[in-house]
Amino acid sequence: MDLELMINSFPKLLNATVVTLKLLSLSLLFGLFIGLLFAIMRMNNNFIINKFAYGYSYLFRGTPLLVQIFIIYFGFGQIEFIRSSFLWVVLKEPYWCAIIAFALNTGAYTSEILRSAFQTIKKGYVEAGKSLGISSKIIFYKIQIPIAIRQSLPAYGNEIILMLKGTSLASTVTLMDLTGVAKYIISTTFKPIEVFIVAGSIYLFMTFLIHNFIKFLERKYNY
Amino acid sequence: MNIFKKTIISVLASLFITTSVYADKIKIGTEGAYPPWNSKDASGKLIGFEVELAWTLCRYIGKQCEIVEQDWDGMIPALLMRKFDAIMAGMSITDERLKTINFSQGYADEVAQLAVMKGSDLEGMDTPSGINLSIGGSSVKKALKTIEGALAGKTVCVQTATIHQNFLDSGDVGSVNVRTYKTQDEVNLDLAAGRCDVALAAAVAFTDYADKSGKPVVLVGPTFSGGAFGNGVGVGIRKGGSGAIGERDAQLLKDFNMAINKARKNGDISRIATKWFGFDASM
Repeated sequence: MDLELMINSFPKLLNATVVTLKLLSLSLLFGLFIGLLFAIMRMNNNFIINKFAYGYSYLFRGTPLLVQIFIIYFGFGQIEFIRSSFLWVVLKEPYWCAIIAFALNTGAYTSEILRSAFQTIKKGYVEAGKSLGISSKIIFYKIQIPIAIRQSLPAYGNEIILMLKGTSLASTVTLMDLTGVAKYIISTTFKPIEVFIVAGSIYLFMTFLIHNFIKFLERKYNY
Repeated sequence: MNIFKKTIISVLASLFITTSVYADKIKIGTEGAYPPWNSKDASGKLIGFEVELAWTLCRYIGKQCEIVEQDWDGMIPALLMRKFDAIMAGMSITDERLKTINFSQGYADEVAQLAVMKGSDLEGMDTPSGINLSIGGSSVKKALKTIEGALAGKTVCVQTATIHQNFLDSGDVGSVNVRTYKTQDEVNLDLAAGRCDVALAAAVAFTDYADKSGKPVVLVGPTFSGGAFGNGVGVGIRKGGSGAIGERDAQLLKDFNMAINKARKNGDISRIATKWFGFDASM
């Protein structure tokens, strides 16, 4: 064990953690919007809208995240049509390719989490609102969404943790996130165990924080 | 003891025995993704200059060999962890690597060069045709200055953990915006896609890609050697430690040096190099 290397690599890895956190937070933010949108579409009675949302979630939950990143990054980069279009401004950057892949992936899972949360809401809550003469729009925003969010907290907490670990794949498209920098340090020191132990501990600590934050929210919004 | 237990024990035992039965076999690690040095054909079989050379060297050593695949960025750690006994993967002999592993004498020269897509403003860079960083001097300094100016503000792509990355990180050409990839294939793809303004690797890696893909990749600037680029490509072997295992590693180094001598004298290295590179890259 090379303790000196572990201590020396710590600040570099901590710097890289900022990139990891940026990737995570932006992906989750976009993913939450996508997830909410598609959860609502899944509950729509229109066959086409419903099946489109189902197809999206099926596609992104059924293929590995790594494959999705590779298709978006290396795959789209091969298509002349995309390279000459405005899309290339975004797709040229590995950073945005990674965020698009992560957001679409976590969006698919989030849509399923939210859909099942919506579907567990007791009919009585909605009917109680209706009998009080509240419009269905307000029932949706003031009753269904808050309950659904509370219901989905445990599952969504898991999704955040999975996504945190998923961001390590950003290093495969040249991004210097926590895993990317760890690999870089290994490539010059040839000591994978020491560096990965430090990187792994940082991941573990972030998971610890996320886990406890979700637990705190669960307790706070218990009813 | 019932049959079930016997079966389990014999299966478990065989797992351990297989390793000792083949202990005298030389395992050689290669990347299989750096044509024409080493790559794979359509059926997944390892081919290339170093694969063919490895079989030749093994014949001279007189031992059985097995060539195994290993990702480039884990090559040296895998050698140290005894996943194989020797590296033949276009790995240049550098001072940095010599701190961790041993190298045989060099068997081939890797000529590094910058590459761009046709039409790039880097074409026609005014430098000598080749510079040796170990020799230095005013003409090398001038060439490095020219390259520093040309690379400023550009995204330069390299494979990770290579001499090419070391050179760009060394500060010899100022502070460069370097992007690193796991394989040379990915560097080529992004160079062609336009995500990389310029790439640095073995010149043959680019010409091979240009030939196979038909993409207009052109080499620019000088060929690099010496300094961070090391002194030729050799067989990477663990540093011999104490005990029987350490002696075996030390013996392996002697064996490979002897085999390279013989292969060179008989013209094998030149012949195989010419076959794969189109010119004699042997040394």
